[in-house]
Formats: sequence, C-alpha cells, structure tokens
Amino acid sequence: MSIDGLIAQYKEILEDSPLNYAAQWKANHPGSKVIGCYPIFTPVELIHAAGMLPVGIIGGGNRLEIAHADSRFQSFICSIVKSTLELGLTGKLHFLDGIVFHSICDPARNLASVFKRNFPQMMVEYIHFPQNMTSRFTEDYLTAEYERLKGAYERLAGKTLTDDDLQRSIRLYNEQRRLLRELYRVRRETPQNLSTAESYVLTRVGTLIPVEEHIEVLKEALAGLRDRDEKPKDRVKVILEGSFCEQPPLELIEGLEAAGCYILDDDFLIGWRWFVEDIPVEGDPIRNLARAYIDQSVYSGVKHDSREPKAKHLIDKVRETGASAVVILAAKFCEPALFDYALYRRALEKLEKEGIPHLSLEFEEKMWIFDKARTEVETFVESMLFD
Amino acid sequence: MAKAAEAVKTSYQGQMHLLQKEIMGRYFERLTRAAEQGEGKAAYMLISGNPVELVLAFDMIPVYPEINALQLAVKKVSLPFIQKAEEIGYSMDNCAYVKADIGMFYSGRKTPFATIPLPSLILCNYVGCNVYLQWFEHLAEYANGEIYNLDIPFSRDPSGKPSQDDVRYVVKQLEELIGVCERITGKKFDYARLQRIVALSAETGELWSQIKALTKQVPSPFDAYFDSVTMMAPLYCLRGTEEGLKFFQTALKELEEKVQMKSGPLPEERFRFVIEGPPPWPYLRVFRDLFAKWGAVAVASTYSTVGGLWEFGFRHDPNRPLESIAEHMLQWNLTNRNFLQRYEQIRRYVEEWSADALVIHSVKSCRLFSAGQGDMREYFTKELGISTLLVESDIEDPRYFSEAQMKNRIDAFFESLEHKKMVREAAPTGEGR
Repeated sequence: MSIDGLIAQYKEILEDSPLNYAAQWKANHPGSKVIGCYPIFTPVELIHAAGMLPVGIIGGGNRLEIAHADSRFQSFICSIVKSTLELGLTGKLHFLDGIVFHSICDPARNLASVFKRNFPQMMVEYIHFPQNMTSRFTEDYLTAEYERLKGAYERLAGKTLTDDDLQRSIRLYNEQRRLLRELYRVRRETPQNLSTAESYVLTRVGTLIPVEEHIEVLKEALAGLRDRDEKPKDRVKVILEGSFCEQPPLELIEGLEAAGCYILDDDFLIGWRWFVEDIPVEGDPIRNLARAYIDQSVYSGVKHDSREPKAKHLIDKVRETGASAVVILAAKFCEPALFDYALYRRALEKLEKEGIPHLSLEFEEKMWIFDKARTEVETFVESMLFD
Repeated sequence: MAKAAEAVKTSYQGQMHLLQKEIMGRYFERLTRAAEQGEGKAAYMLISGNPVELVLAFDMIPVYPEINALQLAVKKVSLPFIQKAEEIGYSMDNCAYVKADIGMFYSGRKTPFATIPLPSLILCNYVGCNVYLQWFEHLAEYANGEIYNLDIPFSRDPSGKPSQDDVRYVVKQLEELIGVCERITGKKFDYARLQRIVALSAETGELWSQIKALTKQVPSPFDAYFDSVTMMAPLYCLRGTEEGLKFFQTALKELEEKVQMKSGPLPEERFRFVIEGPPPWPYLRVFRDLFAKWGAVAVASTYSTVGGLWEFGFRHDPNRPLESIAEHMLQWNLTNRNFLQRYEQIRRYVEEWSADALVIHSVKSCRLFSAGQGDMREYFTKELGISTLLVESDIEDPRYFSEAQMKNRIDAFFESLEHKKMVREAAPTGEGR
C-alpha cells in the first residue's frame, strides 16, 4: 500500500471511533483480555507478557457528548477526566477487562477511585510512580511496585509470567519505540516529507493494535517515506510542548501546520514513546523496566526530576533540532502543563536575546472550532518570518 | 414552614483561642527573626502528613507555604499576590495557594504576619498532592535552594495499608534526609532527641484525638471545622514541642468543661453536619455565619485530617520513631488516602458523630480535594440516603466567592432539612430520613 493510503486508512479509524476498533479486535479474538491504559505512561510490557492487549484510553475526542460525567466532575476539571468517565458511563468501555491509572495528577488519581466504585466488574489498577529520582532506594521501590502489578496481571490473565515472556515483550516494545524514534527523526530532518498530523496518526494507531502489528505498520510507513521528496516550504520550525496527556483534535494539529509551522518535535502520546533508548533485555526484566523509568525516560510534566531543570531539556531540544520557536499547547485546566508553562516561559524569556520566542495556546479535546488558534499561530509565524 | 433563621454573629471563645494567637505569634516572630537576622535555618515543608519531628530534631524552623498562603487569604491580602503570579505566567486555573505564595515570594517575602525566611532546605513531602511537586520545584528554582523530594507512595491496596516495601522505601528516604539535614545544619543526628520529640507528638496526637471525640457529644462543645482550624496551626507548626503539648492540654481541659456545662459554640445546636473540603479562607467568617444562623454545627471535618489522622487510633511511637513517621505519612493522613477511603471516613463521621447532613465545600484550587466530589455526592445521596449539599468557592482566591449564591444554597438546604426533620418527628415510627 502507498504511504498515503496507509495513513488515510488509519486516519479514518481514528476519526471514526478508535475504541470501536479495539472492541472489534477483542470480538475477533475470543478469550483474549484487554487492559485500558490511561495516560501518560504505563509499563505495557507487563500487560503484553501476560498475553493481554494494552489499549490507550486517551479521552473521548471531539465527537463525544458529555451528558453524565459533568455531574461527577466539576467545570474546572480537564476534559479528558470527564470524557473518560463518560465513555465508561455510556458503556463504551465494556470491552475492557481492566484499566490502569497513574499518579500523574490529582484529578486522574480521583478518577481511578470513581472508576472503581462505578465499574466494579473492571479491574482498576493504580501505579504510584516515584518522584524521588535521586534516592538510592527508588529503583527497589519501583521494582517492587512492578512486581505487585505483575501479580495482579497474572491473576487476571490466569498465567504465570516468566522472565522469558517479559524479555520477549521488552524486545518487541524496544523495536516499536525504536521505529517511532526513527519516524520522529524523519520528521525532524525532513518535515516537508512527513507532517505532524501524519506522524500522529501512525503513532496513535499503535495505542490500539497489537505491538506486533504496529511494528509492521511502522516499517511499511518508513519504507514508503523514502520515496517522498517534497520541496521545503517557507515555514517556521517549532517545538511543540504541553500536550502530553489530553490530546488535541487532529484538525487542530493540521491547523497549526497549515498556519505556517513545521513542528519538529512534540510530546503527543509521550507515554508511548517514553524511553530515549532501548531498555536492556538481559538480566532481571522487572528491574530493567524500573531502572529504565528512572534513568532512560524522557522528561515530562508529570515526572519531577530534581537532577536537572525541565526547561533545560526543552531548550536543549530546541537547539538540537534547529527549531527557532516553541509552541506551548496545554490542555485547558491541565495543572501540570499550566505549571510547567511558568517555568518554561521564565527560561525562554531569559534567553530572548538569543532568540527563542514562544507562543502559548490552550486547547480542549472536545473543541470544534480552530479559527482562533489558527489566527494566533499565523500572527506568531508572520511576526517571526517578517520581523 | 421552617423556622425563620436569624443572623448569628459567631465569635471565638475561650482561653484556647487567646493562647493560640500567642504561640502562633511567637512562631511567626521566629520566622521573621530567621528572615531578617539570619537566626536559625528554615526548612520549607508541606502540611500533608508532615514529618515535622525530623526537622525539629535538627533545630530547623518548619515553614509551611500553605499556612503562609492561608494567612494571606484570612488577612484579605492574597489577591495582589495571586495577580502578581498570573503576570509572570501562572494560569487562572492554577492552584491559588501556589500563586499567592509565589507572588509573595517575588514581593520581598513580607506579609502582615511575618517576613518569610529563605529556605535552607526545600523538603517536598509529596503526600498525595501532585501540585506540591510543582510548587516546590518552582520554589527551588526561584530560591536556588536545595530540594529533597520525599516520595510517599499513594494508598493503593484495598486494605488501605501500605506494603512493607512502601514503608521500607520511606524509612530509607528518611535516613537519607537525616544525612541532608546533618550537612545543612552541621549538627550530628541525635537519635534519643528524635525519640523525645516523637514522644511529644504521640502525646499531642492522643490529646487531639480526645478533643476530636468530644464533638460526638450533644451539643458539640466546639465546631469541628471552624474551631478545628484554630488548633491545626499548632498541630503542624508546634507538634513535637512542649509548647505545642501545653496548648493541647489547655484546649482539652477547656473543651471538656464545655461538655460538662453542655455548652456549644452556638446558642442552640439545631443541626449537626459533617463537612468535606477546605475552608474558604478569604471569607471564613461570612461562611461560618451562614451556617451559624441555622444553628448548624460541624461535628466532623475531613479538612482537619490533612496533616494527620489521629481519631482512628494512630499514635507516633518513640520506640520506632522513623517507622512511625513513615506510617503517619503513608497511611495516617487524609491526603495520601484514595477517594473511596475518604467516602468511608465521611460515612463513619456521619454515623459515629450522629450527623444530620453532609456539606461538601468544593474548591477550585485544590483538586486533590475537589475532583470528583459530584460522584461523592451521588454516593451519599443515592446509596446512603444522606442529605448532601455541594457548594463551590475557593480556598485562597476571593474572586470565586459569591456570597449571595452561597447564602441561597445554604438557606434552601437547611430549610429542606428542617422540613424533613419535622416530618420525621411527626411520623409515628422511625420512618423517613
């Protein structure tokens, strides 16, 4: 299939109803079990090794009407918390055998409890990721936490996990993440050949299908991309930051690009691209997973690593990619992203003389109208191109 | 028709309030001396499940940005600081405690109650609240200070108990923290001294727990929300000291006398309610009076358990000082417990403290408290049949308090409660609720 056809095929799935696609997969595989993964990061290897399918439950998009969940969560709570509950309350998560939440923010944590109460038939797990990245004992803690989780998945799957199972899963996900890094490299180096919306589609589909299939999709896409040879347009190269949990509508991503940007890097779906290099396969797999979280994972608004300021990572990314600006695209009411913005702004403004201008925008997954955001980006781009 | 409620102006009564003013005044003077004369070293800490004992063992001064923020709100000076923070990049939708504190930090750290010292140690005791991590990450950057993220695994076992691995992880971190404190203060760690401090905390916890049980009496001798907050500052700033202990001895004695005299905070106790959520500090008195006019007394509150939960039996243990500090942080405070454990805590309060209703004060700033309180209301009204009122404002930002709207909702709620009570009393047997 041509690269255009491949992307169009998956784009249609995402625009239609991604969860129906996952539910259909389960219907076609009787006896299989599916675990929903709330953002941001989850150690999917543990789910996969137990023979279950991890599926990203990443909000309801802009085609879901919130009719029940807004009486449970207040107006000042972000959209993804409400849309996820709405999906549950309207029976759209019936295909899940379990769901896993993480210590990313206060609303997500309370949502885990609300799920437990409202959907007693579902296994609701909660992972506390460590926030002390300097202690000598953090690795032991996270290893124990993953062991606990492994036990829960073993009970659900009715299967004992061996080191071999886990190592095979680590190897597969290493390959998937390596291909995703390759996809992002292509976009960074030749953004005229791969749009952000396209790379988003190719990444997001991986949250819905088995990793083995996703690896084939990515290989096919990367092969197809070699034939593309577009002429670069006169656009501003930017780094996008802040959309690590709730996801903006695809139309908004397309709109940002059409307004005159090449987005060289972003943090969309960052939990599915969490590691900067392969996780070691040899040795104790659970400990390897834990150690990788501490030492090989990306910086993030939900990981507070006192070893290095977050803004330094953002600035490094700008410098390494050759971008000339930053677009902060934070979900409305997302406290981690909104707090990070204050730090990023301070660091970027300090550097203003060396030239890293930025634009701050807010979005909601449920938004339908993109004119305002597009106009703001156009104005920003013009100010940079004609300054 | 409900009996027309008359406006009641409440006032703080008794020696306890005077003593609190005096000892907290001394505490704030210490902060000012540290800031202005460099006397002592300040450790910034967070309220939730705070390990104040450890900081005291090194003679460091515990400084709680949350207490400073709430004082700014009570003194009605928070708004300019909030706006200052918004000018430098904080969002309308960020926690206003953080914004007030950071605005104040950038305005010379001068407040009407103290000058706040710069931190020698920024001890982020991450007990539940994720905003804590952001807050102290930012302060560490602005103050260019040393930060230690003391990571407390959140409650996630159905038993509500931390695992052995969790306890070990926290104890190991506390040991690391001791090394950090030794380096910062130049003092050698004195285990026996920590034991003595922990023993004082154990005694304080015992007294506080006895005080909290008194509100089971009818009438309740004090308001477990509006008067409890008076006792919370000494509980966090002065727990583990003789002065703190003396305060709680005085408070218990005074409140026991009130029980003997069957005297309460209001002329008449007509309703008993449990309240969930932090108070609206900028309008605390206005808010209190909206309940007082109905003769409504809070007999239990979840807010009074953020820093520690003693009423269900926890005591610090001088024979296992570090382990018991770890257990306090992991298990025995509200904020490290999951939302369903909070439902359970409130259910116990309603039953064991014989309450007529639940009031949920939903605050925008603190999503740890508020996110999902609609589900909580659903549970209490639909599953348990308990009359529940949900009102919204904020802990810090005066822009979110609408007195007229608040009054309407509270009046309507108590009118209906009064009606239900009349119907129930008229019913021949214990029907209706």
